[in-house]
Amino acid sequence: MDVVVDNYQFIGIGFAATVLLFLISGIGALLLGTLLVAMRVGPIAVMRRAAATYVTLVRNTPLLLILVFFSLAAPKIGINFQFVKIVISTGWGDIRMTNAFAGATVGLILYTASFVCESLRSGVNAVPVGQAEAARAIGLPFGGVLSNVVLPQALRAALPPLASTLIALLKNTTVAASVLVLESAYALKQILDKTPGTVEKLWPIGVFILVFVILVELLSFASGRLERRWRVAR
Amino acid sequence: MQETTDAPLVRLSGVQKWYGELHVLRDIDLSIARGEVVVVIGPSGAGKSTLCRAINRLETIDEGEISIDGQPLPQEGKALARLRADVGMVFQSFNLFAHKTVLENVTLGPTKVRKQSKADAQARAKELLDRVGVGHQAAKYPAQLSGGQQQRVAIARALAMEPKVMLFDEPTSALDPEMIKEVLDVMVDLAERGMTMVVVTHEMGFARTAANRVVFMADGAVVEEADPETFFTNPQSDRAKDFLGKILKH
Repeated sequence: MDVVVDNYQFIGIGFAATVLLFLISGIGALLLGTLLVAMRVGPIAVMRRAAATYVTLVRNTPLLLILVFFSLAAPKIGINFQFVKIVISTGWGDIRMTNAFAGATVGLILYTASFVCESLRSGVNAVPVGQAEAARAIGLPFGGVLSNVVLPQALRAALPPLASTLIALLKNTTVAASVLVLESAYALKQILDKTPGTVEKLWPIGVFILVFVILVELLSFASGRLERRWRVAR
Repeated sequence: MQETTDAPLVRLSGVQKWYGELHVLRDIDLSIARGEVVVVIGPSGAGKSTLCRAINRLETIDEGEISIDGQPLPQEGKALARLRADVGMVFQSFNLFAHKTVLENVTLGPTKVRKQSKADAQARAKELLDRVGVGHQAAKYPAQLSGGQQQRVAIARALAMEPKVMLFDEPTSALDPEMIKEVLDVMVDLAERGMTMVVVTHEMGFARTAANRVVFMADGAVVEEADPETFFTNPQSDRAKDFLGKILKH
C-alpha cells in the first residue's frame, strides 16, 4: 500500500500521459480510418486497392514492430520527431510529449486506423444500397453521398465494433512503454523495479488494473449512450 | 408513335443490356415528350425496372444511347450528378434517408446540390409536404411514418429538386392496398400539372386514368405501345393479350 501512496504523483502523471496518448491517437485513427474507408468503397479502383493493401499490411503487423520501427529504424532513414518538444508541467511532475511520444502516437494512429477502416466498412455494408441510390438520384456526387447519407448511418451501425477498436487502442497504448514513452505501464515498471517483496508489488499492479477497468468502462458507457441516442433516429 | 414536333425530353435509342448471359434490355427505342405520362407495364422480369433505372444511370447500359433534354447521359462524375439532379426518382422501397427527419429528407438536395439557403429550402419543402398531405409529419423520422406517408415524402423529396422528369419504379408495390390510393392520388395530381413521368407499375387503373401512353414490355423488349384505351381494349400482340388476360380476370 505504501508503494502506491508514495508514488501517487508518478502514477498520476503516467496515466495522464496514457490518456493523452489515447485521445490524440484515437482522433487521428478515426480521421485516417474514415479517409481509408472512403477510398475503400469509392469508385476509383486504384484508391480502393491502395486502401485494401494498406489495411492488409498494417493490420497484419504486430503493433510492437510498428512502434519499434518509428523508434529505432525510422530515424535512420530520416523520419524522426525531434521537432516535437511539448512538456506539460503540472504540480505532480512533467508530462513529456517529445519525440518518443510523437513516434508512438504516429505508430498507434497508423495501426488503429486499419481497424477503424474495417469497422466502418462493416457499417457501410450494413447501410441498405437504396440509401446510396436515393442520394445519388437527388444529384449528390460521391463525396456528398458518403458524407451526408452513407457514413452517418454506417457510423451508427459500426458503433459496437468501433468501441471495441477504441478500447483495444486504449490498452495498446501500454505497448508504447517499450519504446520509452513515459506513460502508465512505464511508470508501473519503474515502481515494480524498485519495490522489494512480492506482496507489496501486488498493490501498484492492482491500482493499475483498476484504473484501466475504470477508463475502459467510461468508454463503453459513452458508446452505450450514443447507441441509445441514435437508435431513435433509425 | 412520334406524336410531338419538338425534341423529346427523354430519348432511348438502341439500348442493350446483359446480365451475363441474360439479355435484360433488347434494343429499346423510346422517346418521351415533354409533359407526357408513360406507363410501363409487363410481367415481372420483363426489364421494366432496369429500363427505368437506366434513365438516370442507376443501371449502366452496354450499348445504345440515352439522352435527357438533348444531353447524352454522362459517365460517372460531377456531370452525371448534375444531370441526376434534374431527374426525380421514386423507388419501390421509398429509400428515405433513415437518419434524417422528413423535412431534412426534402431539404438535403436543394441545400447541398442546388445551394439554396436553408430557409428557402425549408419553406419550399413545407409547401411540397403540405401538397402531398404530410405537412404535419415534417419533424418525424421516416420509420415513424406509414408506408404511404413515406412514399409521399419520397415524392416531395424528388419534386424539391424541380426535376424535368420524374421516374417511378413500382411506387405502390410495397404498399398496403389502402395506402396505394393516397400515393396514386398524388401521382395523378402531378400528371395533371403537366409533369413528364415514366411510371413502372402494376396499377392498371392509374394507367387508364393518367397515362398518355402505355408501353408493354416482355423479356427485355418493348413489345407494344399504344394509348391506354387502345392497349387495354384491343391489344395487338399475343404476349400482351396473355398478360392482360391474366391480370384483368380477377
